[in-house]
Order: sequence, then C-alpha cells, then structure tokens
Amino acid sequence: MFARRTRRTVASGAFMVFCTASTALAMVVLVAILGSLVYNGIGGVNLNVFTLDTPATGSIGGLRNAIVGSILMCAWAMAGAVAVGVLAGTWLSEYAGDSAYGSLVRLLNDVLLSAPSILVGLFVYQIAVKPMHGFSGFAGAIALAILAVPVVTRTTEDVLKLQSRQLRESGAALGTPMWTTIRSILWKAAGGGIVTGILLAFARISGETAPLLFTALNNQFFELNMTKPMASLPAVIFNFALSAYDDWRRLAWVGSLLIAFAVLAINILVRTLSREKRRP
Amino acid sequence: MAELSATAPEPARPPKSQRPKGAAIDPLFKICCAASATLILSALTGVMITLALAGWPAFSKFGLSFFTSTEWNPVTDVYGGAGPIVGTLLTAAGALILALPLAFATAVFLTEFCPRSLRRPIGVAVELLAGIPSIVYGIWGLFVFAPLFAQWVEIPLMGWAPPGSIWEAVFSGIPNGSGLLTASIIVAMMILPFIAATLRELLLSVPARVRESAYGVGCTSLEVVWSVTLPYVRRGAIGAVMLGLGRALGETMAVTFVIGNSHDFPHGLFDGGSTIASTIANEFAEATSDMHVAALAALGLVLFLMTFIILTVARLLIGAQKNV
Repeated sequence: MFARRTRRTVASGAFMVFCTASTALAMVVLVAILGSLVYNGIGGVNLNVFTLDTPATGSIGGLRNAIVGSILMCAWAMAGAVAVGVLAGTWLSEYAGDSAYGSLVRLLNDVLLSAPSILVGLFVYQIAVKPMHGFSGFAGAIALAILAVPVVTRTTEDVLKLQSRQLRESGAALGTPMWTTIRSILWKAAGGGIVTGILLAFARISGETAPLLFTALNNQFFELNMTKPMASLPAVIFNFALSAYDDWRRLAWVGSLLIAFAVLAINILVRTLSREKRRP
Repeated sequence: MAELSATAPEPARPPKSQRPKGAAIDPLFKICCAASATLILSALTGVMITLALAGWPAFSKFGLSFFTSTEWNPVTDVYGGAGPIVGTLLTAAGALILALPLAFATAVFLTEFCPRSLRRPIGVAVELLAGIPSIVYGIWGLFVFAPLFAQWVEIPLMGWAPPGSIWEAVFSGIPNGSGLLTASIIVAMMILPFIAATLRELLLSVPARVRESAYGVGCTSLEVVWSVTLPYVRRGAIGAVMLGLGRALGETMAVTFVIGNSHDFPHGLFDGGSTIASTIANEFAEATSDMHVAALAALGLVLFLMTFIILTVARLLIGAQKNV
C-alpha cells in the first residue's frame, strides 16, 4: 500500500519534471534562434542595407530591392486577400449557416490554411507564369494572397460568430438591408478581431519563401514594375545563404534578422491588441 | 435572415418607395460573398487539377516505377520518385516522434504546473516560436545547429557504434551535420510549438469540475492528465497531432537547407536525403525538359494528396471536438 503510493507520487513528480524540462527546452530553442540571429546579423545592419541593392559578390551592397519587393508583393497580396477573405468569412458566418456547401468551404479553407505553400507556388506558376511567359511580381502576390486568404476568412468568420444575435436583429428591426447591417453594424463591432486576422495573415506571408521561388523568382536590380521578376527578402536569403561567399552569407543573416523581428513584432502587436478582449 | 430584412416593415413616416435604400444591392452583396467563398474552393481544387494535369506525362510514361524507382536523372530524363517520397515520410515521421512527447508535455505544463504569473509570457513565447518563418529555421539549422550537431552528436555516435552491429548501419552517413535526422529535428522544432498551442487550447476546454473531481478522489497530476483530461479531448488531440504531421510533410525551406539534397535512398540517419518539397524547391526553377517539370509536378501531386487526406481527417476530428 505504502510502496504503491510512493510509486505514484514519484511517477507524478517525474512527469512534472519532464513537462517543465520540455517547456524549458522550447524556450531555449527560441532564445537560441533569436540569439544567433542577433549575433550574426546585427553587425551587418547599417544604412547601406536599406539604401543599396543586392551586390555582386565582393562589392558593397544592401537589401533595398529585396525589402521593397517584399513590401510591394505583400501589399498587393493583402489587398486582394482582405477583400476576398473578409467577404468569404462574412458569407460563412452570415449566409452559409449549416448548409452542406458552407461546411465544405469551411473544411477546405481549413485545409488550405495548412497546405504546403510550395504547392501553391506550383499552382500559380501554371496559371499565372506559364501563360504570361515570364515570372512576375504579380504572380508572387497571387501566391501570397492564396496563403493569406484562409487566415483572414477564418478569423473573420470566428469574430462575426461571436457577435450577438441582438445586433443583427436590431439592424433588421430598423428595416435596413442585410448588407447595410453587416457593413455598418457587424463589421464595425468585429473590427478589432478582423484587423487581428489581417495582421496575422500579413505576418504569415511576409516570411514565406517557397511560393515565391518560381512565381516572382528573384531580381538583382531595383524593380517597382509588378509585371517583372521581383526580388524578395526570403528569396534573397535563400540564394545568399546557400552561396559560397561570406559577404552574401552575412547579408542573408541580416535579412533573416530583419524578417524574423518584423514577424515577431507583428505577432506581439496582435497579442497586445487582442489581450483584453479575447483571453479571460 | 435574408428574408427577414427584405420583408422588414418600413418606418412610420411614409417612404417614397416601398424598398429601403440600398436594398437593391443586397442580392449583389450576397453574390459577392458567395463568390469569394467559392474562390477559396476553386483555389484548392485548382491546385489539385493543375498538378494532376502537369504531372500526368510523368505518371503515364513511368507508371508504377515512378513510385518504386530511385533513379532520378535529369540527363537521361528518367525519373523515379521513391527517394523523395520515402524521404518525406521518414522526416515527417521522425519529426512527429520527436515533437509529440515534448509538445504534449509543454501543453500540460502550461495548463497544470505553470505558475499563474508565468502562464501568459510562456504561452506567448510558444506561439512566437510557431510564428518564426521557415527560412529562419533553415538558415539557423544550416549554420548554427548542423555544425554543433555534427561535432557533438554525429561523430561521437559513429565512433561509438560497434563495427558490424545494427548501430553502425543506423548511424551511417557523412558526419557533416546535414541529413535526415537533422531535418527531422529542425522540423520537430517547428511543429512542436504548433502542436503544443493547439493541445493547450484543447486542455483548457476541459471543464474545471472534471479535473477537480479527479483530483478530489486523490489522483496525482500524472493520473489526472493521463486518465482524465487527455481522454476527454482525445479526438481533438489526435486531430492536432495530424495537423502537425500535415505541416511536417509539406515543410519546405527549412528542410531544403539541412537535408543534404541527395536523391538516393537514405541508408542511415545521418545520410543525406531529399523530400518532395525540397526537390521541387531546388529543381523547379531550373528544370528545362518537359519531362523534368512533369515529374516534379507529379511529386507535387503525391504530396498534395498525402497532406490533403491527413489535414481533412485532422480537421474533421478537431471539428467533432466541441468548444475548439
């Protein structure tokens, strides 16, 4: 009896230690990654990074074309993704109900949320690069948009469903058309949550590399024309990190530092924004 | 709801027209919303159809040998996908085996043992770990983790393995830090926070009185978690794990950096290999012959079908678990 009790206590204690150690390990990994990013990247951060384009090896250069390309493509992608995602989320929440088609779209949206991004790149290559006979910034933006839409759709649907039935009824009672009720009452009430989803989608696509490899390709020159191949931070990091040149590798570290901290900043911003609302 | 607003009574003041202002746009708005939803549906089916069409020449030319042959030769235009397909399954399985116990333990720590004041910061840190882009894991894995791994794990283990024993075969390969096991570890690091965050949400959804009644009859923490709360969220937990598996299968950039990129069948844990995603990432932009493109698309279709099935089952299981 006594021995059994000891065994149970010891097993539970060991379990607790294991759980604590696992969490500590996860924290160590986070610190190790951020630490080595700062260690390897911070020395290379200077004004040149933002004012000069990616160099030929051996010469001085920066990441301007890649940063601008990333921002441009993400902006175009988000413009499309917000429109489609918010409308689709609204449809799922307000119109679809429990219909079979609604459930199907909901399921496929969730699948698309975790689908391998490189396959989205292949898809966009087939529909937007091959027919146009060339890689382009727009193709990259389309690929990123396909990855951003499911995030926006999911959050929009979730926050709209949280809105009370009375809000919808109050709109209907005033005799407003449904789309006015949605626009002026529901979207306004759910605004914070929808913005959260948009920011999360932005954070997700800003680090995506795989779908850009054969849609926007890369470009060593500064380019604002979305119909031309376009550089992006992740693609430049990929090329430079796997190169044999030290100066290119240093720039890859700088790019990784920029991108990781941009993504982390957005994530932290989202958590502080939604802190008081969503978590009890 | 739609009928309700369309037939809603007018305000008391006699209106000029019977229909409220903007009512004509109502159906249009609904169509826009439905069209957007359909766009999502068509994106996913579009991926499948284009991959099937583009990959068809490879399937029809190589037939079943596409799945069994390891010969991947762009020079002679002969392609067999067994190497990348097996590599994908092995890395994903390895990553899952490594990540699952740790993710489960982290989720339990956050819900059972963590001091209240640390709960939020650690929870956010785990979510931040999940948000770090794949390419950052890749560059870190290649330049920081791989050299350390080679020096402290691979070389000692290869030295330790007695010649002729099974361990010699298991630990064979080139001890340069990249290879199957390194890829599995990096992918495990990426899916760990993801699985942990989902499991944590699930465990939090267990009603307090269920846990409390278990503690009340004298269960230890281990028994509460193992026999009460975990079975309570069983379906959702399996779904969360499968979701992680789906991610591991499709993980591209980080794997491309550290797997060594060889198309042969991997013989040991430290041997270089390739996954479907890393093969596509490495070769697609440079593929010149039509058959090479078709073979890559065919691999893509295989990956799509694998992840599609796993993710669908995962979502159905999580959906069946209420409150999540």
